[in-house]
This record gives sequence, structure tokens and C-alpha cells, in this order.
Amino acid sequence: MRLVPNADWRRTAGAAAVICLVGGALVWCGTDGFRALTSEQARRLAVAASPRAIPRVDLEDQDGRPFALDSYRGRPLLVDFVYTRCRSVCPLLSDAFQRVDRVAQSTSAADGDERLQLVSITFDSLDTPADLRAYAKHYSADGRAWRFARVREPRELESLLRAFQVVVIPDGRGDFQHNAAFHVLNAEGRLARVLDPDARPSDIARAAEATAPR
Amino acid sequence: MNAYLASLLFVVLALPPMRHALERVMFAHMLVQIPLLALVGIVGAASIPVTLRQRIGAWNRGGVSGALLALIASSWWMVPRALDWALASPFMEATKFATLPLFVGVPLALSWSSLGSMGRGFLIANLLPMWAVVGWVYIAAPVRVCNYYLVDQQVLAGYGLLSASVAVGVAAGLLPFVRPATTSAIRAES
Repeated sequence: MRLVPNADWRRTAGAAAVICLVGGALVWCGTDGFRALTSEQARRLAVAASPRAIPRVDLEDQDGRPFALDSYRGRPLLVDFVYTRCRSVCPLLSDAFQRVDRVAQSTSAADGDERLQLVSITFDSLDTPADLRAYAKHYSADGRAWRFARVREPRELESLLRAFQVVVIPDGRGDFQHNAAFHVLNAEGRLARVLDPDARPSDIARAAEATAPR
Repeated sequence: MNAYLASLLFVVLALPPMRHALERVMFAHMLVQIPLLALVGIVGAASIPVTLRQRIGAWNRGGVSGALLALIASSWWMVPRALDWALASPFMEATKFATLPLFVGVPLALSWSSLGSMGRGFLIANLLPMWAVVGWVYIAAPVRVCNYYLVDQQVLAGYGLLSASVAVGVAAGLLPFVRPATTSAIRAES
């Protein structure tokens, strides 16, 4: 057996320690302290830590009325992204939005506050205002407190989705896969929270209201 | 020759059409592109000059530091966020192309022969369960873990990781029985 000098073992121990420390630190940073193993978790943490600006995009609602998310400044707004032909995750999102809508309706009636507003934005360029109107009716939305919208200028859709960090990929069969989440714009119109649609409707409504300065 | 082969493989993998083809499918991203990038380092390591090899060896007795480096770097590229990140950011994509050959392939090649059966066992006993667990999570997860990949792709990648774990486990189990024959064959040739 060959005799290995002790100095080499000391150097190796040092190198191993540096590798563990630096590697561990990088992985720690890259996963936000092991809290974000997926980009969806990372997005939620980043948004909660520092609310981000959303570009101004011209929208039109289910009745063809033009508006922008800016017009909701001064109060919190819940936003989700769906498309009307979706049979997988959007019905779950819209069912949950419907429950939040009802909670918001009853609490605002109780304490006389301005009620929480909801907007569902379609990312499918095939969706027309008429499709949105039928969709709104299906979820018994009033079209005011809960509006359905599409982007008027198709080119602007991408920048809107990018700002919300919503990734939409066509599955090749005419459908899309996309993040399933609710987005809270705070009173300054910044994306302040990303919420899990599986949460209790009252908790979602409360979390959204909590972003508004009292 | 090895350096030539390694750079050829690297260039082919880095060609935009090849990159897009492999990265469009999660299975190919995790089980073809990433292992091949590590292979670039393994093949390329053979052409590291002896003096440099010895100098590195002085910091890598028993292959300990090299094995740790390969373990940590390869684990990072199994994190779903890292896969998404590489697709979303050119910087992370470049990092992937640099770290897999340099921090996984090269250290593996330089460390393997000096690791000894204990070290190899440790490395394999760490890697295989990790692949299997990640694979199982991908199959069973009720959510999409990558924003850039569809759920059915995620399940496919999960089965791929599970199979890779089983295949390497079986190969590692057979290795001790195969090796004496091949080494004696090589000795007989030389």
C-alpha cells in the first residue's frame, strides 16, 4: 500500500468543506432557503416579499366595455387566468372564484365596505366577449363585481402573462396547461400575493383584503 | 481523441435545434440532455494532462471532494425549479451547460477510480434513492411541478427516473461480478 502524505488529506478535507459550504449556500439561495423547490413556490415567495408592478394593458370585458386593471387602484383586486373551453383546471378555478365572490358579497353586505372585486382574464385568443358572457352566466357572475376580460391587443397578452409569471403552454390538442393560482393586486395596483385556489374562500377574501392599507 | 469527442458531443448538444428538441420534453431534458452533458465531462476528463491531474488529486484524496461536488451539482439539476429556470433564463441555461460537464462529469471521472468500494457505495446509495424519490414524486404529485412542462410529461419523466434508479442499481450490483474478468482481460491484452 502506498503511503499518502497527511498534507493531502488535510487539503482534501478543506476542499470538501469548501465544496459543501459553497454548494450548500448556492442551493440554499437557489431554493430561497429550501422553501421554493418549484418555480411556482418561488413566484409566490418573491411576490409576497416585494409586490411587483403590472404593465398597463387594455382589456375589454364580457360586454365589450374597454377597461384596464389600473381602474381598480385604491382597493384590492383578485385576478385569475382562464379560458372558456378549458375542462381541466379552469372549472376548478372558476368554482373557487364563485365561492370567493359569494363570500365577498355577503361580507360587504354585512359591514357596508366596498366589496372585493374579481377579474378573470382569458389567455385564449379565440375567446370572444360573447364566449365570456356565456361563461359569466354559467358561473352566475354579475359582470360587475366579477368581470371576465380579454386582452384587446393580442401582442400585449404576452407581457401581461410575463408580468404575472403565468406560463401558458398549448398541449397540441387545442387546450392549454397553465399555472392555477389567484393573484391579488393591492391598492397600488401591484401584484402583492399569489394564493392557492384550494384555500378556503373566506381565507382568500381575507388575504386579498389584507393587502389594502387601512 | 477524448477531448475531440467531448467537444463534439458538447457542440451537438448546444446547437439550438438540438437544445430545443431535448428541452421540449421533460423526460429528454432530465434523462437525455443532463446525463449527456455530464458524459461530456466524463469523456473529456480523460484528456486532462497528468500533471494537472496530480495537482487536482492532491486536493481529492480518496475521491472525497470530487464525489461531494458531483453529488451536490447533480442534485441541483434535479430540482424542478432549476429545470424551469434553465428554460426561462439564458444565464441559467449557460450555467447548466457549464456545471454539468465541469462539476459533475469531470469530478466523477477523476474520483471514481480512487473512491474505493466504500466511497462508491456511498455515492450510489445517495444518488439512487434520490432519483427514485424524485421520480415517485413526479408520478404521484397532484400538481404540476414545472411551469414549462405538462403533467403527462412529468409522469413520464418520473417513470424514467424510477427506471434509471433501478437500472443503475442492478448494474451496480452486477459490477463486482463483471469487473475482475474485464480487468484481467485488459491485463492479458497489454
